[in-house]
Amino acid sequence: MAVTHDAHVEHKQSWITRYIFSQDHKIIGIQYLFTSLFMALVGGFLAMLIRMQLGFPMAKFYWAQWLFPGGFANNQIKPDFYLAVVTMHGTIMIFFVLTTALSGGFGNFLIPLQIGARDMAFPFLNMLSYWLYPPAIVILLTSFFVTGGAPGGGWTAYPPLSALPNAAPGSGTGQTLWLISLAILIIAFLFGSLNYITTILQLRTRGMSLMRMPLTIWGLFVTAVLMLLSFPVLFAAAIMLLFDRSAGTSFFVPSGLVIGNQLVQHSGGNPLLWQHLFWFLGHPEVYVLILPPMGIVSEIMSTHARKPIFGYPFMVASIVAIAFLSFLVWGHHMYTSGMHPLVGTAFMTTTLAIAVPSAVKTFNWLATLWRAKIRFTTAMLFAVGFVSLFVTGGLTGIFLGSPPIDIYFQDTFFVVAHFHFVMASASLFGVFGGTYHWFPKMFGRFMDERLGRWHFWLTFVGIYATFFPMHFAGIAGMMRRIYSTQLYEHLQGLAAINAFVSVAAFALGVGQLIFVYNLFLSLWRGRRAGPNPWGSNTLEWQTDSPPPHGNFGEHLPEVHRWPYDYSVPGASEDFIPQTVSASRAPLPIHGGSSEEDPPRT
Amino acid sequence: MPRWNFTTMADPITPPDPRRTARQLSLVILLMIVVGGVAMTLAARSRWWLPPVASTQGIEIDRLFYTTLVVTGIAFVLVHLVLALFVWMGGRRQTAAYWHDNRTLELTYTLTPAAILLTLVSMGAVVWGRIHAPPPENALVVEVRAEQFGWFFRYPGADGTFGRVEPALINARRNPLGLDPADPAGQDDIVARGGDLHLVVNRPVHVRLRSKDVLHSFFVPQFRVKQDAVPGVTIPVVFTPTRAGNFEIACAELCGVGHYIMRGKITVESQAAFDAWLAGQQPAAP
Repeated sequence: MAVTHDAHVEHKQSWITRYIFSQDHKIIGIQYLFTSLFMALVGGFLAMLIRMQLGFPMAKFYWAQWLFPGGFANNQIKPDFYLAVVTMHGTIMIFFVLTTALSGGFGNFLIPLQIGARDMAFPFLNMLSYWLYPPAIVILLTSFFVTGGAPGGGWTAYPPLSALPNAAPGSGTGQTLWLISLAILIIAFLFGSLNYITTILQLRTRGMSLMRMPLTIWGLFVTAVLMLLSFPVLFAAAIMLLFDRSAGTSFFVPSGLVIGNQLVQHSGGNPLLWQHLFWFLGHPEVYVLILPPMGIVSEIMSTHARKPIFGYPFMVASIVAIAFLSFLVWGHHMYTSGMHPLVGTAFMTTTLAIAVPSAVKTFNWLATLWRAKIRFTTAMLFAVGFVSLFVTGGLTGIFLGSPPIDIYFQDTFFVVAHFHFVMASASLFGVFGGTYHWFPKMFGRFMDERLGRWHFWLTFVGIYATFFPMHFAGIAGMMRRIYSTQLYEHLQGLAAINAFVSVAAFALGVGQLIFVYNLFLSLWRGRRAGPNPWGSNTLEWQTDSPPPHGNFGEHLPEVHRWPYDYSVPGASEDFIPQTVSASRAPLPIHGGSSEEDPPRT
Repeated sequence: MPRWNFTTMADPITPPDPRRTARQLSLVILLMIVVGGVAMTLAARSRWWLPPVASTQGIEIDRLFYTTLVVTGIAFVLVHLVLALFVWMGGRRQTAAYWHDNRTLELTYTLTPAAILLTLVSMGAVVWGRIHAPPPENALVVEVRAEQFGWFFRYPGADGTFGRVEPALINARRNPLGLDPADPAGQDDIVARGGDLHLVVNRPVHVRLRSKDVLHSFFVPQFRVKQDAVPGVTIPVVFTPTRAGNFEIACAELCGVGHYIMRGKITVESQAAFDAWLAGQQPAAP
C-alpha cells in the first residue's frame, strides 16, 4: 500500500483511519480500484460461464457442477441459472466495475492531484461514498443464495418480468436484493459526483483556469454532472419498482395480466414507463463509462507521444456536446418497444448527431499521433488500442442508431458485439492504460512493462477475436440472452462461430490473470519510480510518488500554462510542466494559456 | 512463485527499440483488423449472414444495411490504415512536432461526418416512415398473442371483427385467450391453437400484437420484422411476405426461463391454400 510521508501528516492517524476508514482521496481511490478489481474477477468469471454454455452446449462441466450444485444439473448449466449469470455479469461489469473503477477510482485519485488541491471538498462524504460500495456488493451477491436465486431479467430488469415475483424464479427475493443493492450504490455515486463537481469548481489552484485543466479532469467533471443528473432517475425508478413488488402499487404493471393461470392484482401501470426511466439513466451511463477513458487516453497519448494533444478546445467542446446529447438519445434503445414511430425518427436524429463529436475526438487522437515521437509504454499501447476499439464499436452504432436497421438487429448479438467494443472493452482499455500510467504515482513503483506488453497483446487480440465474430452471429439473427441456439432453424449454422468466440473469450479471461499477477507483484517488487518518471506536465507529477498526505508540500503549486506543452521548440527539455512560469520557459502559441489570466484563490 | 528479476529489465521509461514495437503494432492493426476484418466479413456472407429476405420491407431494410455497411466499412478501413501508418511513423521519429491546432482541418472532419450522417438519417427516416404506414385496405388482419412461452393466433372470422377478450376468463386449456362468450362477434373467431400462423404470399398483413403476461418480442428474421409485445396494449405490425414457405417466429425479448424455446411457426401460402386452410378451422366459440 501507499506509504505516506510522515513529515506532511498534520495529525496523527491510526492505521485504521489511514487505510481503512480513510478520508484521504488517494486511499479512497485505491480502495475503489481494488474493490473494482475483485468485482471484475467475479464478473469476468460469470462471462466464462456464459461462454461455456453458448460455445459448448453439449459439454459436461464436472467442476462447475461441484462448484454450483444448485445452478447446474447433470453437469450442465440450468436455464434459470444461465439467465441469472447473464443478468449479474451485466450488472456487475457496468455498475460495480467500470463505473466504480473510473469515477470512484481514477476520479478520486486524480481530481485533487491534477487540479492542485489538498483533498476533495468533502472528505467525509467521500469516505461514506466508498463505504456504501462494499455493502451494495454483499447484498448483490447474496441474491445468488436466496430462494429462486439471483435475478434473471437482464441488467435492464424490464417489468412486468422483474415486477411480478411469480413470473420467473429470479424475480423473487433475488430481484428485491438487486434493486436494494443498486439503490445503495447509486447513493454512493451521488455522494461521489457531488464531491467531484464541487471540488473541481471550487478547489482549483492558482492559475488553473477551466481551459487549462487536463482532459482527464474535463472527462471526469462532465461525467460527474451526468451522474448527478441521471442516476436519481434510476434511483426513483428502482424505488417505484420495489413498491410495485412489495407495496401493491402499479407504476409498471398494467391490469389484466395472467401469470400461471392467476390474474395479477395490479392495474393502471405501464411497462414502457420503466424503459423510459431506465434508459434516461442507461444511456448517459454509457457515457459515464466512456468520457473518463477518453480523458485518460488523451492524457496518456499526449505524454507518451511527446506531443501536445491536438485540438484541445474541440476536445473539450466534444466532451460537453456528447454529454448534452446523451440525455436526448435514450429512445434508441426502444425503437421496437412500441413507442410512437415519430418519436423513433427524433431519436434517430439525435443519436446520429452524437456520432459527430465522437468522430471529432477520434480524428483529434489521430492528429495527435501524427509526427509524434512515440514511446511505446504499456499505457501507450492501451491508449492506441482504445482508439481502435472505439472506432470499431462506434461504427456499428451507426447501424443500430438507424431504426429500420435496428428492427432487425435489436436484441441480437450484433448489439452485444457493438457495446462490448465501444463501451465495455474501450472503457476497460481506459482503466488498464490509466493503471499502467498512474501506478508509479500511486505506489512509487512501476508495473512490469514486459508483463504489461504481454497483457496488452493478449487482451487486444483477444477482444477482437471474441467480439468481432459476434457481429456475424447477430447478422445471422442470433438473439441475446438465449440459453440455447439449438431450437431455431436460422441459428443452426452458428455452432462453429460460437465455439470460436468461447475459446477466444477463455483466452482473453486467462490473459487478465497476467495483469492481476503483475499488479500484485509490482506492489512489492516493482522498480522504484521518481516523482515524474514519464516526463509529464500535469500537477500530480510535480510532487512525490506516492504523494504525501495533503498532496503538495507547504505551498500549493501555481499554474502558468496548459498541460500539453510537449516538445516546445526552443525549450531545453521535451516537456514543460504546468508549474513552470513564462520567464523560465517559452510560452506556447496556444490561445488559452496566456500569463495574464486572473489568478484564482 | 517465480522471481521476476527487475534489475535486468529495460528501463520502463524508455522501452527497447520503439521501431520494433511500432512495426508490431501497425502490423497487427493492418493484418488482424483491416485485412482480417474485411476478409472475415466477406467470408461470413456465405455462411453467417442475413437469412434470405422474404418481405417487402425486408428488401428496403437490407438495402439500407448494405449502404451503411459500405459507408462504415470505408471509414473502418481508412481510420485503421491511418492509425497503423501514424503508429509506424511515430516509432521512427527522433523529435515530435509542436502542432496542436488547425481550424480548417478540424472543421473539415467535423462537417464531413455530419454530412454523411445527415444523409443516412434521411434515408433511414424514409424507410422508417414507409414501414410504419397505416395498413392497406386489403390487409389480412390477425391477432398474435404472446405468452410464457408460446404464441396464439386469432383470425376475426366471417364478420371481420374480433370478439371481446376478458383476462379473468383465461383458462389455459379451455379458453386460452379469454374470449367472452357473451360477445356475438367472438363466436366465429378462429383461434389457431399450437398451430402455424397462416399468411398469404404478397398480401399485406396487419398483425395486432398483444401479450398475456410479460414483455415478448415478435421476431421473424426472414421478414426483418421485430416488435415487442407489451402487456396492456395492442400494437399494430404491418408487413408483406413475398415468398411462400415455412418460417419461424423467435421471441427476442427476455421473457423468463423458457425464453429460448418460445418458438412459433409461420406458413406463407397462396390465397387459395389459405382459404382452404381457414375453412377447415373450427370457430373458437368457448
